[in-house]
Amino acid sequence: MARVAPRTGDAIFANVERVNAELFTLTYGAVVRQLLTDLEEVEEVNKQLDQMGYNIGIRLIDEFLAKSNVSRCNDFRETTDVIAKVGFKMFLGVTASVTNWDADGTCCSIVLEDNPLVDFVELPDNCQGLYYCNILSGVIRGALDMVSMKTEVTWLRDVLRGDDVFELQVKLLKHVPEEYPYKDDE
Amino acid sequence: MIGVGKMKQYGNVLDKPLNKGKQEVSLSAFAFLFSELVQYNQTQVDNIGELERRLEDAGYAVGARVLELLCHRDKGNRRETRLLGILSFVHSTVWKVLFGKVADSLEKGTEHEDEYMISEKELLVNKFISIPKDMGTFNCGAFVAGIVRGVLDGAGFPAVVTAHFVPMEGQQRPRTTILIKFAEEVLRREARLG
Repeated sequence: MARVAPRTGDAIFANVERVNAELFTLTYGAVVRQLLTDLEEVEEVNKQLDQMGYNIGIRLIDEFLAKSNVSRCNDFRETTDVIAKVGFKMFLGVTASVTNWDADGTCCSIVLEDNPLVDFVELPDNCQGLYYCNILSGVIRGALDMVSMKTEVTWLRDVLRGDDVFELQVKLLKHVPEEYPYKDDE
Repeated sequence: MIGVGKMKQYGNVLDKPLNKGKQEVSLSAFAFLFSELVQYNQTQVDNIGELERRLEDAGYAVGARVLELLCHRDKGNRRETRLLGILSFVHSTVWKVLFGKVADSLEKGTEHEDEYMISEKELLVNKFISIPKDMGTFNCGAFVAGIVRGVLDGAGFPAVVTAHFVPMEGQQRPRTTILIKFAEEVLRREARLG
């Protein structure tokens, strides 16, 4: 099979079906509000959002690989770069940047200036502990899980909490060797 | 706010200028999110009726905000006060903003004076959804029904709004009809206004 060149985030985004970001924003708001009503504890909401993100991530990776033609990344640096430049663009229409690498190249920050999830949003006093965009960290964790990378994703900066940008720290915990649980002849 | 590069800090969300609403995300992103909304709500209910009610509630919250947003941005803080006006607002303006197109049809119910129907051949939220056999008449369009109810209620037209699959001849997939049944007071007011 001939190798196909990877596509840029912009090229993919221009070619996929799109919807109005406001529908997306308001629907996400409805999800968060529903969770706050059901679960009451902000901590629980954070957990549930992360879980939802994880569920999305493990499915989204398929679409990502199919549409982007990205092949195996050489190292974690390349992986995070692809997430920031291609992943965010093709799904959310925004680009992110990668900074703050640690010395051994296993931990960095993805910085988002634009984030369609938070339009119209303000955190009320009783929700100060809420990581409103926690679904995003779950998505990244889930997607990387499916390509054999165990990661820990945490929010370092959040515009809703008064910071100037959104900053997600992505830490590579370990590469999981690929295992085939089935025999060849089955 | 989105799309202007650097995010500015505003003390209050209301101080922020409203964007024009041209920003887009991929349909998949929305579909993934919607699917999670449905799956989460499935864990919270015992039956289909409750599930539809919860999706409708989620949609209602969206509808209420959409009404406010559109009236402010597109209509210079005016809103429709007559029945046909508000229906056409939902069918055209709201649909266009949320789903990128005007709804396929808006009809008056033939049997009841207080019923109206908005139909869509392929409702955006149902695009990637197939209903398992054991879930009977469940329709994720309940979310959209909720949006419609939210808009109508906010504009002073309380109504019961439900989503139904209607089989179409020669089509593999049924279309979705959003059935709007207005409250008595709405019709009385309309009659009085003449």
